[in-house]
Amino acid sequence: MAETRSSVSLTIDGKTVHVPPGTLLIEAAKQAGIEVPSFCYYPGLSLQGACRMCLVSIEKMPKMQTACTTVVTNGMVVRTDTDEVKNARKAMLEFVLTNHPLDCPVCDKGGECELQDMVFRYGAAETRFLEPKLHEEERKFSSLVYYDRPRCILCYRCIRVCDEGMDVNAYGIGFRGVHSEIIPNRDGRLECEECGACIDICPVGALTSGTYRYKTRPWELTYTGTICNHCGDGCKTTLSVRNNQIIRANNRDHSGVNGEFLCVKGRFGWDFVHHDQRLASPLIRQNASQHPATWEQALEMTAERLQAILTERGPNAVAVIGSNRTTNEESYLLQRFARAVLGTNHIDHHRTADFSSLVRALTEAGAADRYATMEDIFRASSILLIGNDPTHQHPLVAYQIRQAVRQHSASLYVINSAAIKLALRQAKLFLKVPPRREVDVIRVLAGGGEAPDLAEGGSQAITALRDRLRQETDTVIIFGDEIRGGGVAELVRWGLSLPGRTRFVALGDYANSRGAADMGLLPATLPGYQPLADAAARSRYESAWGASIPAEPGKDLRSILSAIDAGSLKALLVFGSNPLKTFRLDQSVLSKLSFLMVAELFPTETAAMADVVLPAASFAEKSGTVTNTCGQVQALKKTMRRAGTRSDFEIICALARLMGANWRYRSAEDVLREIIAHVPGYAVPLPSLLVGRAVATQPRGLPPLLEDSNLVFSSRDSLFTSGTVSRYSWALNSVDEAKRPYGHIF
Amino acid sequence: MLSESLKAKFEEIIARYPLKRSAIVPLLMFGQDEIGYVSDELIEEVARAVGVPAIEVIEDVGYYSMLHRQPIGKYNLQVCTNVSCMLRGGEAIFAHCSKRLGIGHKQTTPDGLFSLEEVECIGACCGAPAMQVNYDYYENLTPAKVDQLIDQLREAHRNLGSGTGE
Repeated sequence: MAETRSSVSLTIDGKTVHVPPGTLLIEAAKQAGIEVPSFCYYPGLSLQGACRMCLVSIEKMPKMQTACTTVVTNGMVVRTDTDEVKNARKAMLEFVLTNHPLDCPVCDKGGECELQDMVFRYGAAETRFLEPKLHEEERKFSSLVYYDRPRCILCYRCIRVCDEGMDVNAYGIGFRGVHSEIIPNRDGRLECEECGACIDICPVGALTSGTYRYKTRPWELTYTGTICNHCGDGCKTTLSVRNNQIIRANNRDHSGVNGEFLCVKGRFGWDFVHHDQRLASPLIRQNASQHPATWEQALEMTAERLQAILTERGPNAVAVIGSNRTTNEESYLLQRFARAVLGTNHIDHHRTADFSSLVRALTEAGAADRYATMEDIFRASSILLIGNDPTHQHPLVAYQIRQAVRQHSASLYVINSAAIKLALRQAKLFLKVPPRREVDVIRVLAGGGEAPDLAEGGSQAITALRDRLRQETDTVIIFGDEIRGGGVAELVRWGLSLPGRTRFVALGDYANSRGAADMGLLPATLPGYQPLADAAARSRYESAWGASIPAEPGKDLRSILSAIDAGSLKALLVFGSNPLKTFRLDQSVLSKLSFLMVAELFPTETAAMADVVLPAASFAEKSGTVTNTCGQVQALKKTMRRAGTRSDFEIICALARLMGANWRYRSAEDVLREIIAHVPGYAVPLPSLLVGRAVATQPRGLPPLLEDSNLVFSSRDSLFTSGTVSRYSWALNSVDEAKRPYGHIF
Repeated sequence: MLSESLKAKFEEIIARYPLKRSAIVPLLMFGQDEIGYVSDELIEEVARAVGVPAIEVIEDVGYYSMLHRQPIGKYNLQVCTNVSCMLRGGEAIFAHCSKRLGIGHKQTTPDGLFSLEEVECIGACCGAPAMQVNYDYYENLTPAKVDQLIDQLREAHRNLGSGTGE
């Protein structure tokens, strides 16, 4: 870094270093390539100065100083390589080890322990303490968090990450002196979000994970960075696998949109993958019950039955329901299969946010570059959150908002019908409105007018919010399913009238809710939000696919279900979805079908009714891409294999071939290349995806207006639920907090 | 529920400090005096009164040895064995108390009348060896004086218990 007026220059071990004013000495040393060891210092958290490992000598200062709390000044002369410093480090480590059990051979942290590394590099060979070590029994703070007091070095990292990162405040220091220990908030037990950040951040093996402890050694694991398959935030999670078994998940390399952040689902909720009830073999209905069959039998039966119904009743008798969790490639292929092979536009999915209306509104306004990314939320100076409860439904969005407020004093404004945690703890202004009236508030914000009964505090409160927002710039507006259809257009129009570059995020529930919409799992919208009614768009895809696409718009999901009930729709293919439960259907509706095929991980209510059940691969068992709720595309990486299952990609390709299509995809990557080439807005650089980056997309298109607002609704999953899969997660159901309802504030 | 007088006391104490949380320890002391120990409810109430998470109050309760999470004896004998008292026989005074009451450090007699604690300096070096019974100081102790004190306390309790007290 060149010396500039706004930089401070100092000397560390004879090297001249230029850093911005306000830089901490420990960071300045890092920039100069000089390691100053520390336990308690942690970038992003408040300073503690507890461990004394970072002592350095500074000229003209009588005693050694802690580099983690010393701000650099011009002309400072620092030494980290003197005997005095070396002896201080040795003494500190000797001290830290006074009561630390040397149970490294059985400790979870062995091999990746910061204390081991420090002692190896800076420690003394012997100790002067000969007294017996104090011992305390290990404690169970919750089913997921255990505490081993003797191993604890009291660096306070767990306390600070819980206070400052999570805003849960579940930890404290109990007692004093040599008896000090980490204590949880509820009489020896934790009551918290169970995110496990404390375990992750612990430099030693004091806090251990209920799912990982005493199972393996870290060097026996294979690490694969992939994307969490629960909510729509798209956190990168590194799965640690041994013998085809996922043993833990964390993100210690701080990569992805989430850095090291993971919620309870991302860190522990992957265990559904190994659940005993995972479907392991295709099932075929014979008379009243389902029986195991080979993949060939099941796929051939599906193709034959579909062909028979197509021949007899035409393509209008067939419909397809796609998934919120399968990859972009699979969703893209599924709609291609429906449109080009089956010849029907009756395809839809459970829409959890109105992405289509957002794309349409931004395109109409000529502002299709105004999508905010996860990073933009963190960097925002002003955030308006309408509806939703990100603390439960979008833990990363909530984290980004909290960090924006904490680290650079962003202003948060909340419009919600419930007093959500972000409204109570972080918001500058909270407008409480009656349920389902959020959109009316937007109308008043936009057009003025009076609405005394609309919000607590009446019109004045709304006017106050409008005035505040007009003083902000570059506001990021985040909204849930409360705003949909025409409401989105009104919000966008008004939002764009605010000062600066207003940007938007629509919050959809699941790992690929956004991708499902982007890829055209919609009855009247082709991939990339191209309207089916647009003959030019249609013909572009027709020439890409070498097949014709029916021009008539298909039925949306609710119409599909009522057509089944009315008897006009006879065959239904369901991929990774459980409409019976999601739409609270009566079993009798689906029993009116002549043929039902379900590709699923688990024997869901819908799968139980199927004529053919195909055991699908989970996110950990396949590659592909998913798009988070902000529109950032990231790659899933295959982590393991599961006997008996096939990915939806393989299933769709096999069915297409059996039904006469001439598809030649060798892998999901081939499909991705086709998406990059043909889907507007998805011309993403493949290498960026392959190296694990998140690539922002900015879709542009004029998809049809939302006709039935009941098509868009969120499942309101809590921190501990995630549609079907959370029902099969031991970890998510094991914690006491899972019994708390959606919206509970920890 | 905390008593109205205690709540009023809380308000009065909190108003003394520029930072509300500075009042945590005094609030706990007054609360303990009324309730007899630091109850879960007291922790929650103190946390609410000064606007911090309950865990911060729990931290303080663990840190200060004069705050008790369980009910203790009516008379808490806190015998100093720090330097001045130790040099003047404080350890023998503690041993004598222990023998006489049949309990050790941080224990309570079965009748719930006495608790015993070995404490650090109580600031009464000029009268060493010293001990503190609840908030009262007793200085220049000898085993005989201790016996006399214990008898007096027992007597005082008996009188109160039979309703013949003052």
